[in-house]
Amino acid sequence: MLKIEDLHVSYGGIQAVKGISLEVPDGKIVTLIGANGAGKSTTLRTIAGLVPAQSGQIFLQDEKITNLSSDRIVSKGITLVPEGRRVFPDMTVLENLKIGAYLRRDRPEMEKDLQWVYDLFPRLKERSWQAAGTLSGGEQQMLAVGRALMSRPKIMMMDEPSLGLAPIVVQGIFEIIREINRQGVTILLIEQNANMALKVADQAYVMETGRITRQGTGQELLNDESIKEAYLGKHK
Amino acid sequence: MMKQQSNKRTIVLGLILIAVMALLSVAAEALAGSVSGLSMLLVVLKKGTVYALLAVSMNLLNGFTGLFSLGQAGFMLLGAYTYAILAIPVAKRAGVFQYYDGGVVQFSIPEIFSGFLGDVVGSVIGMLLTLVLCGLLAALLGWLIGLPSLRLKSDYLAIATLGFAEILRTFIQFEGSAPLTNGSNTLRQYTTFQHLYPYVIIVGVCILLIVLLVNSTYGRAFKAIRDDEIAAEAMGINLARHKMLSFVISSFFAGVGGGLMAMYMSSVQAKGFTSAMTYEILLMVVIGGIGSISGSVIASFLFIGCSEWWLRFLDDSSNNIGSFQLLAPGFRMVVFSVFIMVIVLFFRRGLLGDRELPDLARRMKKSFRKEGKHK
Repeated sequence: MLKIEDLHVSYGGIQAVKGISLEVPDGKIVTLIGANGAGKSTTLRTIAGLVPAQSGQIFLQDEKITNLSSDRIVSKGITLVPEGRRVFPDMTVLENLKIGAYLRRDRPEMEKDLQWVYDLFPRLKERSWQAAGTLSGGEQQMLAVGRALMSRPKIMMMDEPSLGLAPIVVQGIFEIIREINRQGVTILLIEQNANMALKVADQAYVMETGRITRQGTGQELLNDESIKEAYLGKHK
Repeated sequence: MMKQQSNKRTIVLGLILIAVMALLSVAAEALAGSVSGLSMLLVVLKKGTVYALLAVSMNLLNGFTGLFSLGQAGFMLLGAYTYAILAIPVAKRAGVFQYYDGGVVQFSIPEIFSGFLGDVVGSVIGMLLTLVLCGLLAALLGWLIGLPSLRLKSDYLAIATLGFAEILRTFIQFEGSAPLTNGSNTLRQYTTFQHLYPYVIIVGVCILLIVLLVNSTYGRAFKAIRDDEIAAEAMGINLARHKMLSFVISSFFAGVGGGLMAMYMSSVQAKGFTSAMTYEILLMVVIGGIGSISGSVIASFLFIGCSEWWLRFLDDSSNNIGSFQLLAPGFRMVVFSVFIMVIVLFFRRGLLGDRELPDLARRMKKSFRKEGKHK
């Protein structure tokens, strides 16, 4: 279980996260929803070790991982699919996937995981020799997810996977998220597309200007009137 | 599995290529007396070979890792001086260090080895070891400079490394360090390779090592850092460590290249290692293509060929036709600058972009096949 206690982060001179606590139980999908600038991305980046925490603690199975370097975090089994996909455009699809497994030295197992990723995303297999920059948005998102899976994570954190993708593609991405979760990967997902996110989530948190204001199961929040009004575009 | 096989293939092909080039250079030297123009070609090839290594080492850092460093001349200077100081025969030291009682270093590494391995074998091994030492010292210095300056980004890193190179040059010319470095006087009469083929072999092996590095997982990490630092960091690539690694390795080869340059020039003076030299090498990297090793090699030969040979006639005022005195010493550089501008205009990403020669060959084959099908 990933547990965050009273985390404060200031980022670029702004107090972006003002004391949040949340739990991500093993094997679940947890989502963090909220408007632009609520501090969701900063939270993920802090867990990933890309941004230092000001105060508060982050635990992975009772082990303190606050402010470890990002390579230590990845090797402990937490990986981030960054916002905007951020694939390496000039490298081939295969090279991108190999970068995902950068910290691993167990070659035969890596081959297996490569097969696993190719099974999840047959498209990537077809295009393995193509430069990643020439892929479509949806394919790049698949690649970003596949690249993250190559580190064989226990917990995969996803930052806005639906950003800038066509609705039909978003549907596909969410199906994949469910599938990956069924295969045993815990998922912490942040999304502006609250509707989709709440539908797949076991547990959900709502974040507003650096604080967590609501929490519950995905279904509870989906049916909540105030949430509907603020995030789901309720019909009046 | 596939990876290892392709590495083996690269090594075998690389070694064959080096052997062929070495044989060709032996043959060219044998014919130099009887064929006109060949001796000039040999000069260009020798200098071009040394510059190829310098350009590739700079490309490793600036092109593959995306660290814009301008310290190349500094590391070359350190390599050149290390080589020169350690390879002057003891008997000649009094003459070279005439103002400093023969200097503080009173041994010569090639001589030490020729003492117990025989004259030829011993001095060759001694020279090679001295070259390795040049590289190691430059790498050590690279590490020391990297500690504070690799925290800087882009232009700031360039300024810091440029500054360091200038400081080193001044330090070597400084009177206080003169018993070691001979101050602002020339270092000369050290042991050198006379023929072209040793340069070809040494540079070939160094470039082969760099190619293998670039194709390894480390090389992939370097490119990842260049393309997107944040994504690379999120993938668990330790930025500081990999940047340092790239910087130190690039410095190592710049040091070896500096040692070879000292050999080729047969006398060195710190005054020549100005930032203009760094820019020259940077120019080769840019012309060849940032992120292309074969591009850097080709560009170094073209560059040296142009500046030393093909454009020389432009400097000769006796070639002028009529009374219009267009050709005069220095005019060569004017034409040369125009060439460079044309290249930059029409090949915005350099001659090869970020591709390598074998890739291009493969692509051409493919497109030929496609054309054939259409017919």
